[in-house]
Amino acid sequence: MESSEINTIINQYKGKESAILAILQDIQGKEKYLPKEILEQVSQKMQIPMTHIFRLATFYNALSIKPRGKHKIDVCLGTACHVRGGNKIIDKLERDLSVSVGETTKDKQFTLESVRCVGCCSLGPVAVIDGHVYGRLTQDKIPALLKEFK
Amino acid sequence: MIPFSIDGQPVEGRENGNVLEVALDVGIEIPHLCYHESVKPYGACRLCLVEVERHGRKRMTTSCTYPVLEGIQVFTQTEKVLRARRMIIELILGMCPGDTLIQEMAKEMGVEQIRFKQEDKDCILCGLCGRICEEVVGAHAIQFAFRGDKREMIPPFLGEAMNCIACGACVVACPVDVIKMKEQGDERTILRWKRTLKMKQCKICGNYFAPWFQLEKFKEQAKLAKDFFDICYTCRT
Repeated sequence: MESSEINTIINQYKGKESAILAILQDIQGKEKYLPKEILEQVSQKMQIPMTHIFRLATFYNALSIKPRGKHKIDVCLGTACHVRGGNKIIDKLERDLSVSVGETTKDKQFTLESVRCVGCCSLGPVAVIDGHVYGRLTQDKIPALLKEFK
Repeated sequence: MIPFSIDGQPVEGRENGNVLEVALDVGIEIPHLCYHESVKPYGACRLCLVEVERHGRKRMTTSCTYPVLEGIQVFTQTEKVLRARRMIIELILGMCPGDTLIQEMAKEMGVEQIRFKQEDKDCILCGLCGRICEEVVGAHAIQFAFRGDKREMIPPFLGEAMNCIACGACVVACPVDVIKMKEQGDERTILRWKRTLKMKQCKICGNYFAPWFQLEKFKEQAKLAKDFFDICYTCRT
C-alpha cells in the first residue's frame, strides 16, 4: 500500500483519532492484514502511539497482524455445526491445506479460521468462504470446493 | 472537602478524589496492586474491593475507582468483601504462583491452596508499568496487547521497545517486581523490554548516571537548560 493510499483512508475520516478502528478495518480490507510498516506510517501520520494501535490490532479478531491468504475460510463450530460434525470439516481442511486453524497456507491462497455460528444452523455444518455460505458440508465435498477457489 | 465515613470513622476527601486514596491517607489499610498515586486509577487488580452504602443501598466496588461522595459509608472489612478478596488473590496466585509478594498477600488473607489450574506467568497484568510509561514518562514504549488469557504487557510487535528511554520508571512501579534493570559499564538494559541504551557520563565524577535518551526527553519536557544534565544528580546537590 502506497503512502498516498494511507493518506486517502485517513482523510476519509478527517484524520480523527476516534476513527482509528475504522481506518484499521479499511487497511485490513485492502491488504487482508495489517503490515507493520503501514501501522508505523499510520501511527506517525495520526500522531497516535504505536502501543495504542498495536493494542487495538491484537484485541479484535477482525484484525490480524499476521499475513492472510487470498481466500478466507471460516468453518462454523457453533453448537449446531459442532453437533453435526464441524470438527470433521476442519480436520479435512487442515489435512488438505496442511495448516492448522488460524494459519495461512504457504502459497498464501487460504487462511483457515473457526467461527462460532454464522446464523444458518439448519444448513450445518457450514463454512463461509470469502463471504459465501456453503452448507451441508461433508468431507467428500471439500476437495471440489477448494478447487473452485484455486 | 467532602465528608463521608470509612468503617464508621468520619473522613474527608477532596473533590474528584477516590475512596482508596482517602483510606490510605488516614491509615486504613486496603490491599491494592494496580493503584499508584501518580497515575489515573484503573481498577485492574480488583483487590481494593469495598462495600459502599449510599442512599441505603449497598454495593461492592473497587475503592480506587469509586469517587468521593458526600455521606457515603464505606466498609472495608465485611465478610463479603474479605471473601471476594480471597477469591481474587487466589486467582492471581493461580496465574503467577512464583511471585513472592502475591504469595505473602495470599497468606495474609488466609488463602492456603490454589484450587485453579496453575500457570507460570510472572506478570499480574495490572497495567501499571504501561500507564506510568504513558501518563508520567510520555514515552509510550509498552502497552497491553492481545486478548483474554493471551493478554500481555509488551512493546509493539513483541521485539525491542523502540520508544523506551530506559528511564526505569516501570522497574520501580511494578508491584510484583518482575521488570528487571541491569547497568553494566556505559549501558543500561531493561531486560523485560529487551532495550539497551548508552548512558551519559557525568562531567565531574565521571560516573555513567543515566541513558542519553532519558535525559534528552526530560530536558525537552521540563524545558531545562542545555547543559543541565552534564552533571549527575549526586554532584549537583
